[in-house]
Amino acid sequence: MSEPILQIEGLVKRFGGVLATDNVSFDVAPLETHAVIGPNGAGKTTLISQLSGALRSDAGVIRFKGEPISNLPPHQRSLRGLARSFQITSVFMEMTVLQNVALAVQAHRGHSYRFWRPAAGDAELEAPALECLREVSLHERRDVRAASLSHGEKRQLEIAMALATEPDLLLLDEPMAGMGREESERMINTLKDLKGEKTMLLVEHDMDAVFALADRITVLVYGRVIASGAPDEIRNDEAVRRAYLGDEGA
Amino acid sequence: MARKASTSLIPPLGEIRFTTWFMLIVLLIFALAPVLTEITGTPFYLSVATRLIILSIAAVSLNLVLGYGGMVSFGHAAFIGLGAYAVGIPFYYDITNGFLQFGLAIVVSALFALVTGAICLRTKGVYFIMITMAFGQMVYFTFLSLNEYGADDGLSIYKLSQFPGPIDFTNKVQLYYVCFASLIVSLFIVHRLVNSRFGMAIRGAKGNEERMRAIGFNTYAYRLTCYVISGAMCGFSGALLANFTNFLSPEMIDWTRSGELMFMVIFGGTGTLFGPFLGTAVFLGFYTFLAQFTTYWQLWLGVLILISVLFVKGGINGLIDKIEGVVRKRPVSAPAATPAEAKDE
Repeated sequence: MSEPILQIEGLVKRFGGVLATDNVSFDVAPLETHAVIGPNGAGKTTLISQLSGALRSDAGVIRFKGEPISNLPPHQRSLRGLARSFQITSVFMEMTVLQNVALAVQAHRGHSYRFWRPAAGDAELEAPALECLREVSLHERRDVRAASLSHGEKRQLEIAMALATEPDLLLLDEPMAGMGREESERMINTLKDLKGEKTMLLVEHDMDAVFALADRITVLVYGRVIASGAPDEIRNDEAVRRAYLGDEGA
Repeated sequence: MARKASTSLIPPLGEIRFTTWFMLIVLLIFALAPVLTEITGTPFYLSVATRLIILSIAAVSLNLVLGYGGMVSFGHAAFIGLGAYAVGIPFYYDITNGFLQFGLAIVVSALFALVTGAICLRTKGVYFIMITMAFGQMVYFTFLSLNEYGADDGLSIYKLSQFPGPIDFTNKVQLYYVCFASLIVSLFIVHRLVNSRFGMAIRGAKGNEERMRAIGFNTYAYRLTCYVISGAMCGFSGALLANFTNFLSPEMIDWTRSGELMFMVIFGGTGTLFGPFLGTAVFLGFYTFLAQFTTYWQLWLGVLILISVLFVKGGINGLIDKIEGVVRKRPVSAPAATPAEAKDE
């Protein structure tokens, strides 16, 4: 097996007395789609935030492409090829769809201490941005303000912005959150297209999506990894079944 | 449509926004102000116009951080003070070279912005407002305690900044045109700035800072740069103000002045290019005209603020946009490439 792109070792996050992330360890291999599932409050978003750098870890090591990144601020993790999407839609509402993605492209085209030339109409930014919009089939909405997009479209935009940073690893925090069936299917198709091209760490509630997409699944309950393996193993795992049948205390 | 307007130099007339028309006319009137006041025999209004232009530059600089960058600085009067004293203190030692004084005003203000900004920008929201105000008051009390330079009695400047060649600040018309040209240059600089890559980074950080960091921007560094540029510009306006009033006193940089600047920006329309100028015009208009009839002119100003905040989103600039929407029978949502867009979240 090739060297893992992401190695998580003994990661811990405490909020007061609550252990949100309890000694979590697992690897993500290059180009795999790795899903993290778990009941509400299992600490999935906390984990994503620790990986992206939005939250500091209390203990443990995160290695990305072989190098420890635990102490880097979020923007430097992004520049090294780690991209995240947000569970609660987080786009630039007052900008157009294209501007949103162009801004993400801009972040990775050297510094932005360019004070004079207009950013709008800059092909160096807009061409790659359009490419990303095409990947999530949002290119026809390029000049619409992000605030006027439907919920599903905003989620697609999230993905496009993450893609625009040319990541080696995509951290997707519940990309299907709050979506209707049709929108969900569209998102699953988008992610299916990306599968095999991009390494993805997917946190998701929607089990259909998880089993349709994931190569490997890690199950988190109360911040602890209770199982990790191929979808079939997880489906038949006794501990997982118990957790999902609501018998969590057992 | 928006795209065309931003790439071609002269958009079709129908696409030029009302605010732009309005401002072109207003600026034209101001360009002719010395002539108009001469004809009508009201030189007093030239001095009102000069003050208006100078304070506009300060408001434009505040708008850069407040309107576009979402950094609510409550201490911008400090930069006016630093700029003004950068003229006054050298004068005290018989140094009246204009380039030196104005250069000093810009450098000192920029440095002050760099040092205080580096600290202030580690905080957010109300804390940022309070800490910028605290630094502003520190400058105020520093000048208040400098007995050598007049302390609270102030410092008269008998000799204005000297420039080689024909520029002579004692000539009121010349001083006016220097200020006017400075305002135009400031507006142009801000216009280019907010639409550049740097400007997009700043506006993005205003809208959604967490997201900006997640896509790879060091928002702190960009914000600090923005704060320094704004401070330098505001300091420049202070140097002009010193030449206009011939007199400095700490009173001109009290925190209430910072509040007035904020009023000008918010009332004119935050995050719009011309808003700060319009807001300054209204503020000084009230001050000049209403103060003749009542000592309680600020009461009416307060009423106006209430009305504008409650009923007109985006200040005067927003009001003109509304009128445009009615006249052209289509909702005016600013083209995203123009600054008007960054008005609010």
